[in-house]
Amino acid sequence: MTKDIILAAIRRNLRRGPLPADQVAMLRGRMSQHPRQLIPARSRLPHPEQVALFVANVEKEFASVARVPDLDAVPEAVSGYLAAQNLPTDIVMAPHRELQAIPWSTRPLLRLREGRAEASDMVSLQHAFAGIAETGTLMLPSAPQRPTTLNLLADTEIVLLRSSRLVGAYEEAWDLLRSELGEMPRNVMLITGPSRSADIEQTLELGAHGPRRLHVVLVDDAPA
Amino acid sequence: MHVATSPAFKENAHRAIQDAGLQKALARSGPSFIARRRDAVAALPEFEELRDIARDIKNHTLANLDFYLEEWEANVIKAGGKVHWCATAEEARDAVLAICRAANARTVTKGKSMISEELGINDHLERHDITPVETDLGEYIIQLRHELPSHIIAPAFHLNKEDWEESFRKSHTDLPADRVFRERRDILTEARAKLRERFLAADVGITGANFLIAETGSSVIVTNEGNGDLTQTLPRVHIVLASIEKMVPTIEDCTSLLRVLARSATGQDFSVYTTFSTGARRPGDLDGPDECHVVLVDNGRSAMLGTDFQEMLRCIRCAACMNHCPVYGAVGGHAYGWVYPGPMGSVLTPSLIGVQQAGHLPNASTFCGKCESVCPVKIPLPKLMRHWREREFERHLTPAFVRTNLALWGFFARRPALYRLATRAAAWTLGRLGRRHGRFHRLPFASGWTGERDFPAPEGDTFFARYAREQRAGRMR
Repeated sequence: MTKDIILAAIRRNLRRGPLPADQVAMLRGRMSQHPRQLIPARSRLPHPEQVALFVANVEKEFASVARVPDLDAVPEAVSGYLAAQNLPTDIVMAPHRELQAIPWSTRPLLRLREGRAEASDMVSLQHAFAGIAETGTLMLPSAPQRPTTLNLLADTEIVLLRSSRLVGAYEEAWDLLRSELGEMPRNVMLITGPSRSADIEQTLELGAHGPRRLHVVLVDDAPA
Repeated sequence: MHVATSPAFKENAHRAIQDAGLQKALARSGPSFIARRRDAVAALPEFEELRDIARDIKNHTLANLDFYLEEWEANVIKAGGKVHWCATAEEARDAVLAICRAANARTVTKGKSMISEELGINDHLERHDITPVETDLGEYIIQLRHELPSHIIAPAFHLNKEDWEESFRKSHTDLPADRVFRERRDILTEARAKLRERFLAADVGITGANFLIAETGSSVIVTNEGNGDLTQTLPRVHIVLASIEKMVPTIEDCTSLLRVLARSATGQDFSVYTTFSTGARRPGDLDGPDECHVVLVDNGRSAMLGTDFQEMLRCIRCAACMNHCPVYGAVGGHAYGWVYPGPMGSVLTPSLIGVQQAGHLPNASTFCGKCESVCPVKIPLPKLMRHWREREFERHLTPAFVRTNLALWGFFARRPALYRLATRAAAWTLGRLGRRHGRFHRLPFASGWTGERDFPAPEGDTFFARYAREQRAGRMR
């Protein structure tokens, strides 16, 4: 079997046989403890400053942020953004209970459909699992209530993030994912800004294959 | 598989230097890569420490590679994926073809993958009536032009806007011939529309992998366009192509490597899309592939373990070495003649296709050391190139003229008194002869230099002599 041939070649060239049991136990222990390496100091801040760092990084990466005081204010923030960008008001929305609980009826002009995105969808509304201040990154693990296509097919992606879900470093977001989801979902996207390419003359252009615009609606629900 | 033109490096390099379009592209893009990396590194005080950590993670993984590969495979299977172990390029090509055939595939979309270039996947699929479509913008135009990438993260590095326009007009014949490309954005918009159709129609999506994670059985891709994610999310079948050295133990280890990857590559703090894929669609999911296959390729990697070249297996393909290389900056990527250009290619290519084929590449270095100084995993690239030069010499692959002159130099170098006498005599003579102009238009035995530029005349003394004099002067002070 090719597998055995490759493993045998690795061991032969490393001049050893299969690893001894104590070494295997040590390596398994390291994997289950998954120790953190160095975490840059830049995100080790009080929470309000982490929020400010997140917002600054998101904007640096050509995305935008609207801060709202609670979930009741989300419909107005979404319709206001779409109107200001002159975008259609048909939205494909992640079937997530937090999004479903928003009082959308206050903005009857918004037409919402729940589900995955199709090629014709212009605007998507996604639910963020966590935000990472270190680089202004959104963590979006796939799930029935969080389809991956919402991050990819629409021209404009709007993402709802609660500020209580905002952490400093990637490692903190992975800890949340491990403790709340247990296992690795099929897909975890870490998204930092809208799609772009510099393949033409090494000059940055936004809107390559994914969303041309990324807008974060940040709900301030963290205790001050 | 691509026929290597590496044996013709000298001719390739001469042609590259005469190529006005290429020189324009190199002059425009080279400095910007360097500046962007410099700014990103300056903004992260821990960067140097992270390079040490990145190096140590990779060394640890390589020392225990067999263990981590087996752990990883068990976790891929647990997540509903399948691993295809392939020792050679041929086995990998056949494995990809078999998966595509089982899926009745007619078109296959592809994310950017250097291992796919190395294995020659596209030609193999085309020969069997399956259409591969490259979806990374740079790879897309390379495919339209039937070229090879000239850079590992910027495949179309060598092209100018005019080239894009010309290729798009020739290939997208269904669009109005009189359409105007005013700016780069117009090119991008046309490609977006064309490739969107392809994403939606594809039966299979093939991506590479920047990392494999043993702890979870994940594969990780890093892109800015989102093409890799569309490739792996929309079709019914997803194939990951990955070589064995992409392994890392845990998500935390991967995170540390990601912190140095984007900064070293494009000078971004983080790429736009960093995506961890683990197996196939889960119950209740509304999208994602039904099948996930990982084609795991050795193709020469395991043979590098335990040799001088094991350190090369740390490479995370960021391209910082070529972005900072004066030789790459002068001749571009195609001159190197195979898949991997620049300093990393000069070390890797002889390992993968043989030093007989690629012996010129490790010689195409000034040993300025810039590549090693920017490498995020601290690969001693100049040292490894020197190892190849030694092997080339030992195997008598070096031309007789070079061997004779090396022997002559060696004779003097082993006799320091004679060496100093000879160099002093030469410096004095050249200094006298060149006193009037300060430079030579022509010199015997140095036409390789003076054919292109003047040779500056020595000031009449050698470095050794001046150094000794200043040491003496310093002691008297």
